[in-house]
Amino acid sequence: MISKHDIQKLAALSRIKLTSEEEASVAGDMENILGYVQQIQDVSAQHTGTHVRDTNAPHNVLRADEEPHQSGAYTEALLAATPARHGNYVKVKKIL
Amino acid sequence: MKHDLAHMTIATARELLDRGDVSAVELADAYCARIAEKNPTLNAYLEVYDDVREQAKAADTMLAAGTRHALTGIPISIKDNILIQGKIASAASQMLATYRASYDATVIDRLKKQGAVFLGRTNMDEFAMGGSTENSAFGPTKNPHDLSRVPGGSSGGAAASVAADLAVAALGSDTGGSIRQPASFCGVVGLKPTHGAVSRYGLMAMASSLDQIGPLAKTVADTEILFNAIAGRDSKDATSIDRPRPPTHDKKLVVGVPRDFLEKGVDPDVLENFENSLAALKQSGVEIRDINLPNLKYSLAVYYVIMPAEVSSNLARFDGVRYGAHVDAPTMLEEYLATRRAGFGAESRRRIMLGTYVLSTGYYDAYYGKATMVRELLKDDFNTVFATGVDCILTPTSPTPAFTIGEKSTDPLAMYLADIFTVSANLVALPAISVPSGFANRAGARVPLGIQFTAPYAREDLLFTIGKLFEKANRA
Repeated sequence: MISKHDIQKLAALSRIKLTSEEEASVAGDMENILGYVQQIQDVSAQHTGTHVRDTNAPHNVLRADEEPHQSGAYTEALLAATPARHGNYVKVKKIL
Repeated sequence: MKHDLAHMTIATARELLDRGDVSAVELADAYCARIAEKNPTLNAYLEVYDDVREQAKAADTMLAAGTRHALTGIPISIKDNILIQGKIASAASQMLATYRASYDATVIDRLKKQGAVFLGRTNMDEFAMGGSTENSAFGPTKNPHDLSRVPGGSSGGAAASVAADLAVAALGSDTGGSIRQPASFCGVVGLKPTHGAVSRYGLMAMASSLDQIGPLAKTVADTEILFNAIAGRDSKDATSIDRPRPPTHDKKLVVGVPRDFLEKGVDPDVLENFENSLAALKQSGVEIRDINLPNLKYSLAVYYVIMPAEVSSNLARFDGVRYGAHVDAPTMLEEYLATRRAGFGAESRRRIMLGTYVLSTGYYDAYYGKATMVRELLKDDFNTVFATGVDCILTPTSPTPAFTIGEKSTDPLAMYLADIFTVSANLVALPAISVPSGFANRAGARVPLGIQFTAPYAREDLLFTIGKLFEKANRA
């Protein structure tokens, strides 16, 4: 069972504000969905092998730590998308 | 000059352009005129770009200079979650309603180099979450075959744009069926490539281990052309792969059918059409074999644990600080809460919370851990079947034809069940294609149906071969 308290906690963790009607409807939807996905508990087999990836699938691909792009090359394009800026800083509310 | 857009494919348009029978500008104008006429009803496009003519002129310049790539001058539509620098990419969400992309997605970069013409951005379920486009913040798209029905989703606008001749072809994205299911609902071809076959750089992340960009088109041959143009390793996506050269295939094609999976919950018209499709394949020399994928029945449950888990992580970036919507509030925390409240629609909120739940302490092992284990078992199932000499696995694409607008929008679980045949390919990273297979009669309308072939890892070539064979057999 998913209680109203659980939903409020999940909403807080998800950083989403819900009205109390929405809390009730989300609780109902989640009950249904979790009831459905519960069937994976019926699988008794264990996957014994390691998580085998297809041999041609890439694995732990890393880029050499070299040739950085020119400093500031993308600063303006990225800052232009921010809702609020202060010079070359992203502007946010005081945190502490 | 009047153009026959109903029969326009990438292949025919290519001939017309190369012969000089039509210019890229004329072709783009013809599509823009048709969009202006049809889109107010269909809502397939959220925006038609204001520089279509300039793009087409540039393509004409390329053609005049003798540069002819497969897509030079070909007008296509782009799903609203793929970035084109300087253009709005909203993912059909209020969160990004006015967001302009800072860079080009790799697929866009590759198509630009070929001189493709981007007509506009197509409607979708918000952040690609849904199977009907009803989750769009900007109203649903309508199915061109029956306006009372959904076009499928999440790439519903993309499928409708091709079906209604509002684009020659389209780019969509597929996380659990979002290319194939709308393709089947709208009577077009849709390909979900192997995970990694196409770079995801510049595609808004929904569930990264499942997401792929892919083509929608009128024919299998067109789908192949567009796939070839966008596929291949990209240094900006560490999961992308080089395309292996496929082995030559000269033996009889073998198609496996997981019979026991088709017993429950499939519409009788869909089943009948599926049997007819099997008969047509047999007629053209394909061997049909019954197969068993023991864990296939768990795939939807596995998907609805893994997908929301990844969604809850990926959508954490929409916080009103770096881009997109921002709601002012007294504190930082309240700004997060209010921004995400205002920006996300109901389905996005639901999946974020579901993902947060399955990943939380106390539930992680029972849900996410278990689902990840069953996912590996499912991979083994597919590998075992392919190891017996089966080339492709065949199912219907969707258990029902397109449903009516509003029919499932209040019951999320009923909507999820529409993904039952498509999610497995994403879970096991395999390529799958939906090909039109006929029609069902619904209240006087002819509603399209589709069948889905799934191939071994990186074997898109098999999907194209058998898809073309089926197109021919089904036409006969």
